[in-house]
Amino acid sequence: MSGSPSLEVSRRGFLVGAGLVISLRLADGAESDVGDPFAPNAYVRIERNGRITVTVGKSEMGQGIYTSIPMCVAEELDVDPSRIKVEFAPVDKAFFAPGFPSQFTGGSTSTRLTFIQMRFAGAAARHWILAAAAAAWNVSPATLSTADGVVTDGTRRATYGSLVERAAKLAEGTPPLPLLKLGEKPPLPLKDPKDFKYIGKAQRRLDGLDKVTGRAIYGMDVREPHMLIAVIARSPVFGGRVRGYRDAAARRIKGVVDVKQVPSGIAVLATNTWAARRGCEALEIDWDEQGNGSLSTAAISARYRELAQTPGLEAKESGKTLEVLASAERSIDVTYEVPYLAHACMEPLNAYANVMADRAELRVGTQNQSQDAEYVAAAVGLKPDQVAIHTTFLGGGFGRRSNYYSDFSVEAAQVSKAAGRPVKVVWTREDDMRGGFYRPLWVSRFRGAVDASGMPLAWQHIVVGQSVYANSAVAKFAIKDGIDPSSVEGSVDMPYRVPHHRVELHTTENAVPVLFWRSVGNSHSGFVVNSFLDELAHLGGQDPYELRRALLAGQPEHLNLLDLVATKAGWGQPLPAGHAQGIAYHESFGTRVAQVAEVSVVDGKLRVHRVVCAVDPGIVVNPLMVEAQMQSAIVYGLSAALHGEITVENGRTVQGNFNDYEVLRLSEMPVVEVVIAPNGGPVGGVGEAGLPPIAAAVCNAIFAATGKRIRKLPILPALQTT
Amino acid sequence: MQLNVNGKLHTIDAEPEMPLLWALRDLLGLTGTKYGCGMALCGACTVHVDGAAVRACITPLASLAGKKITTIEGLSAHGDHPVQRAWLEVDVVQCGYCQSGQIMSAAALLAQNPHPSDAEVDSAMSGNICRCGCYQRIRAGIRRAAELAASTEHS
Repeated sequence: MSGSPSLEVSRRGFLVGAGLVISLRLADGAESDVGDPFAPNAYVRIERNGRITVTVGKSEMGQGIYTSIPMCVAEELDVDPSRIKVEFAPVDKAFFAPGFPSQFTGGSTSTRLTFIQMRFAGAAARHWILAAAAAAWNVSPATLSTADGVVTDGTRRATYGSLVERAAKLAEGTPPLPLLKLGEKPPLPLKDPKDFKYIGKAQRRLDGLDKVTGRAIYGMDVREPHMLIAVIARSPVFGGRVRGYRDAAARRIKGVVDVKQVPSGIAVLATNTWAARRGCEALEIDWDEQGNGSLSTAAISARYRELAQTPGLEAKESGKTLEVLASAERSIDVTYEVPYLAHACMEPLNAYANVMADRAELRVGTQNQSQDAEYVAAAVGLKPDQVAIHTTFLGGGFGRRSNYYSDFSVEAAQVSKAAGRPVKVVWTREDDMRGGFYRPLWVSRFRGAVDASGMPLAWQHIVVGQSVYANSAVAKFAIKDGIDPSSVEGSVDMPYRVPHHRVELHTTENAVPVLFWRSVGNSHSGFVVNSFLDELAHLGGQDPYELRRALLAGQPEHLNLLDLVATKAGWGQPLPAGHAQGIAYHESFGTRVAQVAEVSVVDGKLRVHRVVCAVDPGIVVNPLMVEAQMQSAIVYGLSAALHGEITVENGRTVQGNFNDYEVLRLSEMPVVEVVIAPNGGPVGGVGEAGLPPIAAAVCNAIFAATGKRIRKLPILPALQTT
Repeated sequence: MQLNVNGKLHTIDAEPEMPLLWALRDLLGLTGTKYGCGMALCGACTVHVDGAAVRACITPLASLAGKKITTIEGLSAHGDHPVQRAWLEVDVVQCGYCQSGQIMSAAALLAQNPHPSDAEVDSAMSGNICRCGCYQRIRAGIRRAAELAASTEHS
């Protein structure tokens, strides 16, 4: 690999993809192709028949990167993105994040980190195509122009496919395309954004047809020769271990082939999933609960609430908050709480692994390819480059498929190694929901004061909860002076300017594993900051929108979006009887989002009627996808706000399936109106930023409708109390 | 035991209590029908049995003798059922995992009720969970599919 990683990967990518290409060609009925394709870099490949393939190094979990990256390549290559075929990349340096030696998908970074690199890849390919045409016609490349895969000098025309052979010869021996650092200008000129033909225009998904026909392959759908399916009986208590087990009854079930102990429990291997699951139920297991059998969320909540009454580690102080609060005449002191949340991806966790003597193959829907390869290798005694990770489509990710122990991939490899054969490990819905790695339970205590005119003067926020980064591979880089920045993101850097602003943090530890969950710390800060701001507005007798305007004064990037959402939503104008509006604003992942929710509460029954969402992601690659991601984050956030709660009793997660962990259904779906207002850059992420404001927008509307302030999520049970 | 799936008779060796879902996925290799909950709570496994939307995860093979089963793979020959066409036009899908079930539920609804009201759509589709939150486009997709189906009939 040394010296030319990109060339290596393009060759390997071609070999891996060859079968797929052939089958597509036969299915399409296109003419057969002869000879090598032109693969000027690791990301793009052009064949003589004109087929263009883009290799995507990011995982497609619904967010649309499978379409956005090809759009960026297509823009500079100058071809219609609809014609591009897409392949998932192998693990390779060419797909690492700039400045970070890892291939992963998360943190709403995919477009932000690849926007320039993928355009560079397209421009580089076009450069050689132009050079080939120039050589063929004996003219200068500067005299040539392109349009949708055709080069012309004004009179002659040549398709990209017809220039492949010459382009490949010209490009031979050139160094691989460099991986640009963030902010680094590529050595080739890229288009001026005003000349974009495809970026910024609505582009339907390139994976749409596969997904409406059932052809798209997710990890759950992997089928390989000699493969068995394994379901694992897992500890009912976090951290529990097997003391002993009996498997005679399990082995008698038709279809059960083998039973193996692995670190996470007892794996039953069978010829079908149903037999494996029944086999698990037939096991008799003696669990060592490791002292966690008395753990409860009730006790965790009580402890956090006590901690919130004591000083935490200072994460921010912009004035003399404590002094001002001590002498304030009009102040309030309130405590918020949000629960543990499961990701509950539609596709329960799973992974296929085939561990052999000298290598391993995994087929898995993962957000974390590099780490998976490394951790699988360590778990089964191989080297990382002996582990091939083939990424499938992901049936949702939301952070759960970026586990900092690579749990589902490592476990599948352990089962395969123990059984000595290829295995697909399937998590049941209950395994998935009770398996931990939740959004942390957070308690937030606020003390705030307003001055004589009703303007906020002081704001103290004490955050209590577990660190998401503490157990991650990057903990030592991420956590500074005891502060996990994700615990206080959206709090220390809230855009609202209050003269005396203080944030403190208590980082707790307990046996409930926590993880990144769509928008991470912003999932609670967006709620509590915007709710408490409304409380101060009420205390000071101010309109919640006007107060926000005042606190965002002088920051047009925030203020404009807030004004836009208020205008579109008709803030302050008459509403149907019983309806009320709430407003919230939050910036995260480089993207600004303002939302107004319209609700009614009739006989204690909440209905969210309408959500207006204004979003500024800097630059828009695909407006259809930005709109979809706003709708998506609003639904995901509403599911959590209205229903979502994981509770633990006696060390066991109570909820197991969608009957007791309810999520938003179509009948509860409000009308969502998305207004996209990009400010011109830099490009922000859109997968997560739509979530943080929604719970506050709804709760602020509930307060406006009923006078009832919701300080503990989820809303529906909270509405029934008091 | 024999199963009639997508117009073909398959002979399978399975216990009569086995839910249809696992016979489709693990024995017949028809993986378009998805597992999401195993308790008829999420709708990801929706198929048609004699034209009606059924949750394959709780439907035992024993109950299917002589019945015609249609899965997403058999809904149309080329992905061109009006619901599939509408789904592509409206760009409904995100992760896509629930969409086989959504499409089968929507297709069964429209077959039975070609012009459903909003309330009828809500009622027929609320057994299908989508964690990506495609609901608004699903509503729009069903409206569009109804139009496409009507125009196909009249042409």
